[in-house]
Amino acid sequence: MKRVYLDHAATTPVDPEVAEAMARVLRETHGNPSSIYAEGRAARELVDRARADVAAALGAQPAEIVFTSGGTEADNLALRGVMQARRGLGDHLVTTAIEHHAVLDTARDLESHGRARATVVGVGSDGRVDPAAIAAAIGPKTTLVSVMHANNEIGTIQPIVEIGAICRDRGVKLHTDAVQTVGALEFDTTRIPVDLVSVNAHKFYGPKGVGALYVRRGTRLATIQTGGGQEKGRRTGTENVAGIVGLGVALRAAAERRATESARQARLRDRIIDGVLSRVPDALLTGHRTERLPNNASFCFPGTQGESLIVALDLAGFAASSGSACTSGDTDPSHVLLALGLERHVAQGSLRLTVGRATTDADVDALLDALPPIVARLREASAVSV
Amino acid sequence: MSGGVDSSVAAALLLERGEDVVGVWMRLVPGGVDTDAPRCCGTDQAGEDARRAAATLGIPFYALDYADVFGKQVVDRFVDAYASGETPNPCVSCNHHVKFDALLRDVVKKFGGTRLATGHYARVGDAPDGTRRLLRARDAAKDQSYALYMLGQSELRRIEFPIGELASKAETRAIAARFGLATATKAESMDICFIGGDYRDLVRSRAPRAFVAGPVERADGSVVGQHAGLGGLTVGQRSGTGVATGERLYVLRLEPERSTAVVGTRDEITRTTYELRDVRFTHDAPRSTFETTAVLRYRGTPLAASVDVTPDGALLRLATPALVAPGQAVVWYDGDEVVGGGIVRAGSPG
Repeated sequence: MKRVYLDHAATTPVDPEVAEAMARVLRETHGNPSSIYAEGRAARELVDRARADVAAALGAQPAEIVFTSGGTEADNLALRGVMQARRGLGDHLVTTAIEHHAVLDTARDLESHGRARATVVGVGSDGRVDPAAIAAAIGPKTTLVSVMHANNEIGTIQPIVEIGAICRDRGVKLHTDAVQTVGALEFDTTRIPVDLVSVNAHKFYGPKGVGALYVRRGTRLATIQTGGGQEKGRRTGTENVAGIVGLGVALRAAAERRATESARQARLRDRIIDGVLSRVPDALLTGHRTERLPNNASFCFPGTQGESLIVALDLAGFAASSGSACTSGDTDPSHVLLALGLERHVAQGSLRLTVGRATTDADVDALLDALPPIVARLREASAVSV
Repeated sequence: MSGGVDSSVAAALLLERGEDVVGVWMRLVPGGVDTDAPRCCGTDQAGEDARRAAATLGIPFYALDYADVFGKQVVDRFVDAYASGETPNPCVSCNHHVKFDALLRDVVKKFGGTRLATGHYARVGDAPDGTRRLLRARDAAKDQSYALYMLGQSELRRIEFPIGELASKAETRAIAARFGLATATKAESMDICFIGGDYRDLVRSRAPRAFVAGPVERADGSVVGQHAGLGGLTVGQRSGTGVATGERLYVLRLEPERSTAVVGTRDEITRTTYELRDVRFTHDAPRSTFETTAVLRYRGTPLAASVDVTPDGALLRLATPALVAPGQAVVWYDGDEVVGGGIVRAGSPG
């Protein structure tokens, strides 16, 4: 059976150019970047070049890039590192109800250990954070605000420039989890007033297990693990050289393709949104209609369960998700959908379709043919009383 | 697929026959919850075992969540039964309400499957009249048909028990080994799958009303002792009372409305007639009266009996007195074939 992959928000296939660059590193460069001899210098050069590529893509300086093991570690490093480094200034953290668990659970963990007090700001029914609500939540002891750039489940893009201006005005650092946007959208730190940015390679056709945290010059950051002092002490541990090279190549390639690919994917996204809303009765689009990721079409189908939708679509040849891939196996409705004000029984029937570079019009046609009867069948089956 | 050897081999046998097989594991306890029940097929660890078995066989695999329905239909019923003086049969509840109701319906209606196969030791055969018949497993020592008596034609037409055709557990294990299934040497599941320690702890925490102390009486009303709570007693068990008289006394019945346990001698507690509720037949319309053999417990001996079908159940008449507790299943067999059965009604006349 031909497979149609519509879960690019979960992960993307590795770009062949990236795979080739990584394979070359694994074959040819075995040195430790910390070693002073030739082999070490060769490895260090590869890491430096990748750092320059990532910095260039973000409008940043190479010294502002810290490589991590991925988005979760970047989020942890940002929250724990800033709250620790700035603890003399205050202990209050502001975040939102629709953050990824890597941020929300880290904030809760800091709170439960007495290292921070957290205020969680709600969102509107379209998933947008009101900058005024962030401004209202900031107090004299606030040291960090963390607001994701675009949501992984519903695709809503946040007014990050306005939020950044407020934070700058109030002398508070701003972190944004931009795992879903870097690569897909332009992210220029010379224009977006943000201090820390989480980046994850496998969301833009790079390898899994590598990411980065942008840390604006002048932002103090404590390390969250101790060891040999790599990454200027901000993220210790021998560098994942091949992964870092892959991240650099992937981000450069994504930037080159962005102008054409973004528009192409947005057109496919809109075909899915329009097609589903017109062909599936009582379908509900989740997230903002226009301020959304170019690849994200997400819905709720009342009377269905997300888990059943995913299984039925898989058996029909489609890979899709019921929200975040990170909470698969969990049938509780997503915290993001509940934060939009959706009732539990509505939020339970969620489906996220995210297109990518390989997605074609024919794939969208196939989906729009397959989905309506599946939803109808599941609704009919669920209507039978238990 | 439970993660155990039986369901893994069932999947392997179907695959070998050329069927298009999809593995499903049922989560029966909420995810991330520590359970001290070591043999529960619905825990995360069992799910991992099932996932590995499916991967070894190269079949698609899904972990589906039935924790809600299992909690309501099996665990709650279990607690309620003890709290009301009955002896529950959780395997019967699980087969009736979870596996062959919620799961079967999802497999057929949601996912378009034509049939559901499980690792039960029983057989389903086609009769000349076109009906499906539920039969004992070939290996009588492993037979589980007793706990499946509630299956009717609409279920049996969509069910297969590939393991029931095997001659012995040794053959099951040999097939598992041949397919490289890691479950080949896994221990048997037994007892009450979702409880690790003493079931009374669960009943006590969920239904404290069942642990109010009260009198222990003989059938004539004379008080012979005290009990710590009816939830800890089962009809038929040896009673700790009566030591003074030197008699062996057993629990005869439990009366929750006055928190009293009634005990009696062996002769007093066995009897020949029982009222049954929730009566089911595996095929054809219920007859008014019929002769049969009745099995009163899991892998119990068939006893000669006659059954009168009544408007709200059935009356069981045994040829010789025997004991079966309220809440337990009585299953009727015609040779190896399961005819039907019912649940012993509480307060059944004695």
